[in-house]
Amino acid sequence: MSAVIFFIAAIGAISGAVGVVVLRDPFYSVLALVAHLVSLAALFLLLRAEFVAAVQVVVYAGAVMVLYVFVVAYVGEESASLGERMRSTALGSRRMRLLASLAGGALLAELLISLLGTGLKAIDSYGAAYHPGPRTFGTPAYIGELLLTRFLIAFEVASFLLLVAAVGAVVLARRRGGLGEETVTVERLAPLHLERPLGTGTMAEGVEGRGVAPSARPGDGNGAGEPVREREPVR
Amino acid sequence: MSIAWYLAVSAIVFSLGAAGVMTRRNPLVVLLCLELMLNGGNLALIAFSRMWGGGSGQIFAIVVMTVAACEVCIGLGMIVAIYRRRLAIDVDELRELHG
Repeated sequence: MSAVIFFIAAIGAISGAVGVVVLRDPFYSVLALVAHLVSLAALFLLLRAEFVAAVQVVVYAGAVMVLYVFVVAYVGEESASLGERMRSTALGSRRMRLLASLAGGALLAELLISLLGTGLKAIDSYGAAYHPGPRTFGTPAYIGELLLTRFLIAFEVASFLLLVAAVGAVVLARRRGGLGEETVTVERLAPLHLERPLGTGTMAEGVEGRGVAPSARPGDGNGAGEPVREREPVR
Repeated sequence: MSIAWYLAVSAIVFSLGAAGVMTRRNPLVVLLCLELMLNGGNLALIAFSRMWGGGSGQIFAIVVMTVAACEVCIGLGMIVAIYRRRLAIDVDELRELHG
């Protein structure tokens, strides 16, 4: 029974991986990756890693893939012209693809030799002894205890890494000035701002403050991409 | 099934991902293929953890998942930023990262 499940899940995982690499539309690639992840979760279950399998399905195939789907839906229309360009430079591209496939095959042979040709006797076994129970190998209680005792530093570093990544993603994907599509309407209603003439050298002007309309700043060297705002300056 | 079968599947998935990283030109698909490589590594880690009977491999797999989530976060942020600047979404065109 476990052999049948293994082969179904392994075939699913490998065909999902092939689908990710081969399919032309990025959206279908994402869907193939979801299938791959679910099959991989079945393999994790066969390896008695229940908690990791649940995390794989819930977090990876659930949350991360939703992020992918949104970005593909946002950027996705680029893929058609990309495909045309790929066909137009077919000769060099095909040669590169052939070389890369050869490199992948060589990597596969190397990995298989190094993984399966080791002297490890346990590789041909079914794994260590397994006694089912509430706190045995792979259960959430076991993983949680390990995470909070022996691997506490790794746990904390991983959480800090997540924080840094979230901040970095916000900084990377935010709207910047000079893009031509920005419509910032910052209401500056500070009382000092009302009587102050332009060009008084305030800090807000020093950093090209947003309360000052660009039409009031002649000779502004910000380039052609400066957005034209209809709002009159608040004065 | 013995552990060797799982290791074979992980090697196949890893090298498929590597071939995808080298062949595909859309950065989104390159990121997906990186995910494939990380998943191959995860499967090997969990298979070794089962072979050894300890939990360290599973903890390592969870940490790898965290790193993969961070990588996706930053990579997709960069792709959105590239798209906003009306640059071509093609890793061959994007040779330099300035400005």
